[in-house]
Amino acid sequence: MYWNRAIECMDRDRLEELQLKRLKEVLARVYEKVPLYRRKFDAAGFDPRSVNALDDIKNVPFSTKEDMRESYPFDMFAVSLKEVVRIHASSGTTGKSTVVGYTRNDIAVWAELMARTLANAGTTSDDVVHNAYGYGLFTGGLGVHYGAEKIGASVIPISGGNTRRQVQIMADFGSTILACTPSYSLFLGESAIEAGYNPSKDFKLKAGVFGAEPWSESMRKEIEEKLNILAIDIYGLSEVIGPGVAAECKEKNGLHVNEDHFLIEVIDPETGENAPPGTLGEIVFTSLTKEAIPIIRYRTRDISSIIPGSCPCERTHARMARVSGRTDDMLIIRGINVFPSQIESVLLEIEETEPHYLLVVERKGHLDTLEVQVEVDEKHFSDEVRSLEALENKIRREIESILQISVDVKLVEPKTIQRSEGKAKRVVDKRQI
Amino acid sequence: MGVDQISVFMENREGRLAEMTKLLGERGINVRALFVADTADYGIARMIVDQPQKAIDVLKADGYTVNRTQVLAVEVPDRPGSLSGILSMLNEAKLNIEYLYCFADPERETALGIMRIEETERATELLRSSGVRVLEAEDVYSILK
Ligand SMILES: [Zn+2]
Repeated sequence: MYWNRAIECMDRDRLEELQLKRLKEVLARVYEKVPLYRRKFDAAGFDPRSVNALDDIKNVPFSTKEDMRESYPFDMFAVSLKEVVRIHASSGTTGKSTVVGYTRNDIAVWAELMARTLANAGTTSDDVVHNAYGYGLFTGGLGVHYGAEKIGASVIPISGGNTRRQVQIMADFGSTILACTPSYSLFLGESAIEAGYNPSKDFKLKAGVFGAEPWSESMRKEIEEKLNILAIDIYGLSEVIGPGVAAECKEKNGLHVNEDHFLIEVIDPETGENAPPGTLGEIVFTSLTKEAIPIIRYRTRDISSIIPGSCPCERTHARMARVSGRTDDMLIIRGINVFPSQIESVLLEIEETEPHYLLVVERKGHLDTLEVQVEVDEKHFSDEVRSLEALENKIRREIESILQISVDVKLVEPKTIQRSEGKAKRVVDKRQI
Repeated sequence: MGVDQISVFMENREGRLAEMTKLLGERGINVRALFVADTADYGIARMIVDQPQKAIDVLKADGYTVNRTQVLAVEVPDRPGSLSGILSMLNEAKLNIEYLYCFADPERETALGIMRIEETERATELLRSSGVRVLEAEDVYSILK
């Protein structure tokens, strides 16, 4: 189902023409209005008028999270506060939060993009949207809210928390579309079962749009089975616009980026060079239409790739793969970029293991070695050496096929790998370089 | 028929085995037989103990990965060729032995063979019908001292 078929399935050449026109406009505008971009462009010797093709974007300097923090609160705004009708901010776990603004037109664009996102999951004006994303400075709640209202669905602005009540409302109001983080959807499902509901009989849910945190294919399967729904991955970040940057279609194979409003690039986070399609790298966005706070070649630190080829759904907008990690965690082993999250996603897919692991990197002679320590799962512990060896081999093969480098897998006793809230200590790098 | 054997996953760390047996000893559990199958990185300690369920509870509570398997305990007369006779009998009946370990019982001039076989019941019948003594759990726990 399409919200805006003319745009979403638009001819590639025409789409790129539109992007180029908008790119030139936004570069000229930020050069004029935002001192930070003027300084960056001048320092790099980049003249916004020199852009004649989309490819010329590689000459434009990057912007970063640090730029946003240094501009706290409003220095990256390209309009005066008089024109800003909304302000959101990220939570800022490290240092100052990042602040973003929206003009009336930005809000309209955001609603359009979220309408597309929700329509991907099959949402129509007949639906009841249970919106359990947080409302407030976080962009999730209001983003979904405006998109669902634009479609004409009935929105339940329940926000987060009070799960028992959520479950009851979901049953009594007949919610059909669920919007929340993937982990919360599972928690809702479990709470419903505990409260005596049978989600597939007592709920009218048919689909969910899930984002704002990393999740895996096996988690999708679990959500789809537990709640008897279609589960769609959505992506966004407040610096770019909030949710609505990209969303999966029903093919569930990559998230279509709303390319009429955002230019996506994938770069090697080490060199800054553009990576070929299909290669993992850091996602970089340029907003093409945003008025209040345009962002130019913004380094998201999110790791993904652009999926080559076209999608059977007929949408022409490029697809990005499910975000598989953050650049902050990247390791370079034998010249290959390795992200701990890649290993985590492999382990999540293997039923016999828990996704608790420790990576030990060493240099032996001139060769880097990577050892992956994995905890044995109590449920699957066998007392036969050969089945443990078979498990080690299975894990090793799966990891090697993803990483393209050889690894050693070592089974360790359960609960011996350190766990910590949030960022667990996953890597021990013993190389002396 | 069928004896409970307890298997514990162990990293090859110095003193790990001693730690585990000490823990069992402190809780009054007697380890009657112990055999470690190991690889370069880890081992599997297989044990016959006098109180299998208590041993499992104690080990689990201390964070060990534990598994209970049914094994066969057979009396192997202490004379040349008696073990190979038992093995070829099982082999002819297409009963596959996953692993086997033996303990001598000097007092009674026999050895005890602990065998892991998929089809415990069929193996027991076959061995008994051929005059081999297959021990009951209680016998094993009291014999192995
Ligand atoms: Zn598609």
